[in-house]
Amino acid sequence: MSEADARRGGGSQAVSLPRAFFIASGRNVWGDRLFQGCLYAVIALFLAIMVGMVGALVVESLPAARRFGLSFVFGLEWDPVQESFGALPFIYGTVVSAAVGMALAVPLGIGAAIYLAEVAPFPVRAPVGFLIELLAAVPSVVYGLWGIFVLAPFLRQWVEPALGSTLGWLPLFKGPPYGVGMLAAGLILSVMTVPFIATVGREVLLAVPNTQREAALALGATSWETTRVAVLPYGRSGLIGAVLLGLGRALGETMAVTMVIGNRPEISASLFAPGYTMASVLANEFTEATSDLYLSALVEIGLLLFVVTVLVNALARLLVWTVGGAVKGIRE
Amino acid sequence: MSIETRRFVVNRVMGVLSGAAAALVILPLILVFGFLLYQGGTSLNLDFFTHTPKPVGEPGGGMANAIVGTLILIGLACGLGLPVGILGGLYVADSQDAHLPSVVRFLADVLNGVPSIVIGIFAYTLVVLPMRRFSALAGGVALGVIMIPIVLRTTEEIIRLVPASLREAGLALGLPKWKVTVRIVLTTARAGITTGVMVAIARIAGETAPLLFTAFGNRFWHHGLDQPIAALAIQVFAYAISPFDDWHRQAWAGALVLISIVFLVSLVARLATRDLQRQAR
Amino acid sequence: MFKVRMIARIMGSALVALLLIAASPPNSAVAQTLMNGAGATFPYPIYSKWFDEYIKVDPSVRFNYQSIGSGGGIRQITERTVDFGASDGPMTDDQLKKAPGELLHIPTVLGAVVATYNLPGNPKLQFTGELLADIFLGKVTSWDDDRIKSVNPGVRLPKTPIVIVHRSDGSGTTYIWVDYLCKVSKEWEGKVGRGTSVKWPVGLGGKGNEGVAGQVKNTPGAFGYVELAYAITNKLPAAAIRNAAGKFVEASIESTTAAAAGAASNMPADFRVSLTNAPGDSTYPIASFTWLLVYKDQPDEAKGKLLVKFLWWAIHDGQKYTADLLYAPLPMPVVKQLEAKIRQITFQGKPLLASR
Repeated sequence: MSEADARRGGGSQAVSLPRAFFIASGRNVWGDRLFQGCLYAVIALFLAIMVGMVGALVVESLPAARRFGLSFVFGLEWDPVQESFGALPFIYGTVVSAAVGMALAVPLGIGAAIYLAEVAPFPVRAPVGFLIELLAAVPSVVYGLWGIFVLAPFLRQWVEPALGSTLGWLPLFKGPPYGVGMLAAGLILSVMTVPFIATVGREVLLAVPNTQREAALALGATSWETTRVAVLPYGRSGLIGAVLLGLGRALGETMAVTMVIGNRPEISASLFAPGYTMASVLANEFTEATSDLYLSALVEIGLLLFVVTVLVNALARLLVWTVGGAVKGIRE
Repeated sequence: MSIETRRFVVNRVMGVLSGAAAALVILPLILVFGFLLYQGGTSLNLDFFTHTPKPVGEPGGGMANAIVGTLILIGLACGLGLPVGILGGLYVADSQDAHLPSVVRFLADVLNGVPSIVIGIFAYTLVVLPMRRFSALAGGVALGVIMIPIVLRTTEEIIRLVPASLREAGLALGLPKWKVTVRIVLTTARAGITTGVMVAIARIAGETAPLLFTAFGNRFWHHGLDQPIAALAIQVFAYAISPFDDWHRQAWAGALVLISIVFLVSLVARLATRDLQRQAR
Repeated sequence: MFKVRMIARIMGSALVALLLIAASPPNSAVAQTLMNGAGATFPYPIYSKWFDEYIKVDPSVRFNYQSIGSGGGIRQITERTVDFGASDGPMTDDQLKKAPGELLHIPTVLGAVVATYNLPGNPKLQFTGELLADIFLGKVTSWDDDRIKSVNPGVRLPKTPIVIVHRSDGSGTTYIWVDYLCKVSKEWEGKVGRGTSVKWPVGLGGKGNEGVAGQVKNTPGAFGYVELAYAITNKLPAAAIRNAAGKFVEASIESTTAAAAGAASNMPADFRVSLTNAPGDSTYPIASFTWLLVYKDQPDEAKGKLLVKFLWWAIHDGQKYTADLLYAPLPMPVVKQLEAKIRQITFQGKPLLASR
């Protein structure tokens, strides 16, 4: 193949079929290169943002890190006046509230996604789908206030006493019913994360090619079996992505959680007890932090939240890898 | 019971369970919406959409500037979030590079978990301090960064699911790779990507904390994108934490308007990028 | 069906076009200056009233105030990203040193912090300072404790546990409250101390005055502290507290202003004074100023002139709007002292306010 041939383009009839293919793909090298360049530029910007953010967090938290060292991570006291700071109650609060939230949101979210993509009658799909998306649009401050005025009293009067009298022998349900506390925070988080999981999950399931479903149905599967055997495994990677998106929200949500969690930096086994999350203490105290060490301690909490998010994400991926094997590349 | 009956029953039960899941998911929305309507419905009048805020006790105040401000901030955020999110998602889904795609995917998941207030402080340090003032631009940057991971991961997952046969068909016809990606893959994935973008917009429309440090808020009409600008989320927050019932009602009305805006934007975007093939299933 | 898609695309483009038009700066007939201020949430209602009224006085300027917290106000004025700051608690010496110029504290109105509670029958209660401190230290845990009974003879108190509700977010309200507790209880001062955020020995944290009020309202047996305005508008009871003169006084506009009047005689030149436990028979002991923070030497002459004119108006005409919004006005002696202070604001050495 000569340069002249390539530049002429694949219009000539005299060229054989394989050669025509090569000539045609030789064109537009610059188009491809430009496009790739755009992709890399964008990735570079993204990495710059991440590096900038992590860098700023690390630099600002150095004073506190130097002062407290590892005792910061395991310390139990948070005293701004005496300037003695320890982050363990916040780490506990973040992890537990997110766990409670996800425990409810994942089954409900995926169930709703399956309903929207596979089960629901056609006229119902669009409206119900929209309603679920709207849940994501409610501002977190509204969820927080609804939590204080509607959810927490409801928990205090009906749910927590009921749980306490039936399952009170479990350490999970001991203690006086305040209404606000870990349970309320977990519930609010599940309400806020479920629309992400359900909406993105629905898109993933809808993107599964029909051939998969048809193949299963042709073999005699029922609707549910089709979903279970043909659709869900194909979309597994996407569903995991949807769940991770929801998890990110659960770990980082601030406003709504801080209004209903009781804001007490204590570790307790009971879901009825008040708690405190890293995002909440950051939001509550950042603007009012008076001394440099105080500010630095708060920034270190932000850094720790980063670390916890990394760890949780890594753990989730590990789980997926061991349970089912990673899904890479383009499928068909 | 026989295997056939059992399979039939399981099928029915799972159908009902998934429907129950969807119903449980919608239940809080109905409760919250009902709460907002009950508390704030009376405050929704024409004034609300045409006037700027008034001091407490004076009738006729509204949130017109906040409504426009929110739309402008969403637009600015998309300016950052859409290119980085969609192109980034394309890269992670398609690239043959060894490690960078997984690193980017991982970092996107981590960024998703960063509290919005931290991102707001980051945008404050990056934009507000050098400019020595609060601005709509800073707000757009903060919200854009929050958008990126949602758009990126959703785009990536959807593009992953585009069948290879479509790409191969395009390549076989002699299209250059970038055209295959843009004209075939993106078009096929268009509806799914739009959903991801809408979910991201829904999230940022309701964010308050990052805007307090960047867009700042404005009781009046803005004077330019390099000046503080009002936003519904900020106004709702300021009114909700005040002691006055009149302002509370306006806060709930504002929340209703915010949700409706997201609904409308989502509706328009959906209809504009409809995948007619999908409806026929 | 294609039609729907086409219409939606046209609508979408129209929306984007509209936004682009809306985003461009409006060319107003009158050249307007925008002054930005940030700080405490407590005075937001009165400041927004003032700024709206002031447009009638001077239509060429718009004051835009956002409540991001006292600490936020201090930080932003130090960074000079705003034209003025606002704070419920005075700046510390360290904070003042960090500012690029000398910052003045201008008190604008007064507020009171009240103890509020949720008990059946809404009884009227009164407390001494030491008792309050001991309750918040966790030493008194039940409403029918003898100490509460002895201060409230004849009131029927139930055998309910006391659920303390405090602020979770750093705030000037907390600062005023713990400042008072430090003055009346050595144990509190040693164990907990004063600050906008402290390590509370017991209790739940609510976010914002609204969060605490909501929590108290919804929790039987709750006991918390909020700004007076929140207790009144939420129809929560406010306890009477024994002041430094030994009298039990309820929070009201008059008793709050009395706190400042009592302190006016030895007011420090920079007005950074704590008004808690102030002397005087009719003084409510948990009261405080809220301040505007401005630079003594203004960076911009035109803006500086507008600012001092507004400050003058605020301490005189502005005071008549306070009562309706449940704030207490500045007492006359303090206003006179402030007039002299405002005259000291300069631009490059030249006083900005023409002599009146």
